Amino acid sequence: MPPDEPVQDQGQAAPPGLTEQGRRAYWRANLRLMAVLLAIWFTVSYGLGILLVEPLNQVRLGGFPLGFWFAQQGSIYVFVVLILVYAVAMDRLDRRHGVQ
Amino acid sequence: MSVQTWTYLLVGITFALYIGIAIWSRVASTAGFYVAGRGVPAVANGMATGADWMSAASFLSMAGLISFMGYSGAIYLMGWTGGYVLLALLLAPYLRKYGKFTTSEFVGDRYHSDAARLVAAACTIFVSFTYIAGQMRGVGVVFSRFLEVDVDRGVYIGTALVFFYAVMGGMKGITYTQVAQYCVLIVAYLVPAIAISSQMTGNPIPQLGFGGTMQSGQAGTPAGVFLLETLDQLHRELGFPEYTAAWVAGKKSMIDVFAITLALMVGTAGLPHVLIRFYTVRSARAARWSALWALVFIGLLYTTAPAVAAFARVNLIQTLDGKAYSELPQWFSSWETTGLLVFEDKDGDGVLRYSAGADNELTVDRDIMVLANPEIAELPAWVVALVAAGGLAAALSTAAGLLLVIASAISHDVCKSVLLPKLSAERELTIARCAAGVAVVIAAYFGVNPPGFVAQVVAFAFGLAASSFFPVLVLGIFTKTTTKAGAISGMLTGILFTASYIVWFRLLQPDAGSDAWLFGISPEGIGAVGMLLNFAVALVVSRFTEPPPQEVQDLVEEIRLPRAAPAAAEH
Repeated sequence: MPPDEPVQDQGQAAPPGLTEQGRRAYWRANLRLMAVLLAIWFTVSYGLGILLVEPLNQVRLGGFPLGFWFAQQGSIYVFVVLILVYAVAMDRLDRRHGVQ
Repeated sequence: MSVQTWTYLLVGITFALYIGIAIWSRVASTAGFYVAGRGVPAVANGMATGADWMSAASFLSMAGLISFMGYSGAIYLMGWTGGYVLLALLLAPYLRKYGKFTTSEFVGDRYHSDAARLVAAACTIFVSFTYIAGQMRGVGVVFSRFLEVDVDRGVYIGTALVFFYAVMGGMKGITYTQVAQYCVLIVAYLVPAIAISSQMTGNPIPQLGFGGTMQSGQAGTPAGVFLLETLDQLHRELGFPEYTAAWVAGKKSMIDVFAITLALMVGTAGLPHVLIRFYTVRSARAARWSALWALVFIGLLYTTAPAVAAFARVNLIQTLDGKAYSELPQWFSSWETTGLLVFEDKDGDGVLRYSAGADNELTVDRDIMVLANPEIAELPAWVVALVAAGGLAAALSTAAGLLLVIASAISHDVCKSVLLPKLSAERELTIARCAAGVAVVIAAYFGVNPPGFVAQVVAFAFGLAASSFFPVLVLGIFTKTTTKAGAISGMLTGILFTASYIVWFRLLQPDAGSDAWLFGISPEGIGAVGMLLNFAVALVVSRFTEPPPQEVQDLVEEIRLPRAAPAAAEH
């Protein structure tokens, strides 16, 4: 957490009700994070696993056609990583805004 | 020891374990009964969610289905895991922050409407009963195959066990038995998968062996060829579409795969028995972490399943095709007696021919692939018994989770909130226990007398969850302007559209081909369209109706912050 983060003081200064501004900043940061993660979620599963499966199948990953691998293996690994990133990033965001 | 002795032993030990846990985790309060007192650690809840989610279908049928579908099997693999991303990011932390006991309760409070709450409760009950009948049947089938009791008696034994721990221990008993059941089912799934992967590819990790090369000594193939290439080659020779190919004749179309995957993902995120699991943890933060653990535990099985599917497919073709009937292995005749494997010697030459054409002489029921796999790979008797215990764990854990949401929808959403608002907590708990008891008996009835339409209406469970719950929950959390009228009209549009499409193409016009489908989307995938309609109608109607009152807008503000989740005792 960067020490010069201005929002941190606001968050801790007003524990019962975050300031209106702090609240908005927290929610916007949350929405931004979600948008990025959901874009990856969509790209990997629907993009690489379904829409682009045929061109990707021309590429091989070991014994797997790549598109097939994304559809039956890779997407699941990516889903796990997405939730991990979300949980870690939200923990940091919560601490920064004093809402944990 | 024989397979049967091993099965009695392992099933006996696991059942004793479940009963022991139930006695240890008895509850005496509504908070304990509905949400396990909200004290479940995130990892334990992740395991419980895994067992709750992975049903008899995931455990017994999924690998078999994928084995016959090849690439298109990805609809289940992505559809039933990708929903957890939506759950973790869009729903679980906020619903946990709001607290209370049921999802319908959130719908009722957010849209300040008993009608919305009752519609949600009715969907909960319908979706859960659709699901539970299949679980009880699964219990009966495992009993009949491995313990040689008849299917009906198997259903009664399973019912008695679920009755015992669900009615006595409520959510707390269910949670901790589910943790044990997860351990049993994952071991039972991985042990044979690892053994088969080592045998066929020399790599003990199925996820890697799947993309590895065949071991030398496998019948008919030179060593060093990739397993999936061998499989594609076998499919070409027999006239089937290539296993790894996507959009070829005989497989699902791109738009259908897209729509089904979306409907299953969104449906997963909207299923009440999955949502309720996130009410049992301590905080919104714990809900996020527990969604992560849940997907890790589920992913372990879901990344193994497609490997098992491919191994089983190669094994099946290589062991059986072109063999004389007299040289077929022992397991072939034991499954033949169940009628799930059928050899019809059309050309009378005594040799089994397997192909995609009219000269095919072998019919295989998809459901036996997981159960027969250890025998096909000639694994020891205890592994076969372990698979039986795992199948039972998968079916029982899902059945118990479903029973609880049915019980709480009846006692909490219908009785306490609408019919008898003055009900005391003790009386409510008694009603909840009775409701669970009655629900388990009805489930047992459907297990013994399965209605012919069960298979056809499974699409309903996901379609309805996708087209009813998911949009109103997401809009309820992420917008302050969605109104009561918007939510109710959205839900009704989604449900009516999805239900009538499924009823039309599954029950009334089952022979209508894919040409008749809207945009080429099958009834399994139509929930995706229902969901979009629900969103659209809710947003449009909300623009033209009075905005929600200030206290509802404050409530939305409140659930967006993870701090200060109310303790269960306050409720």
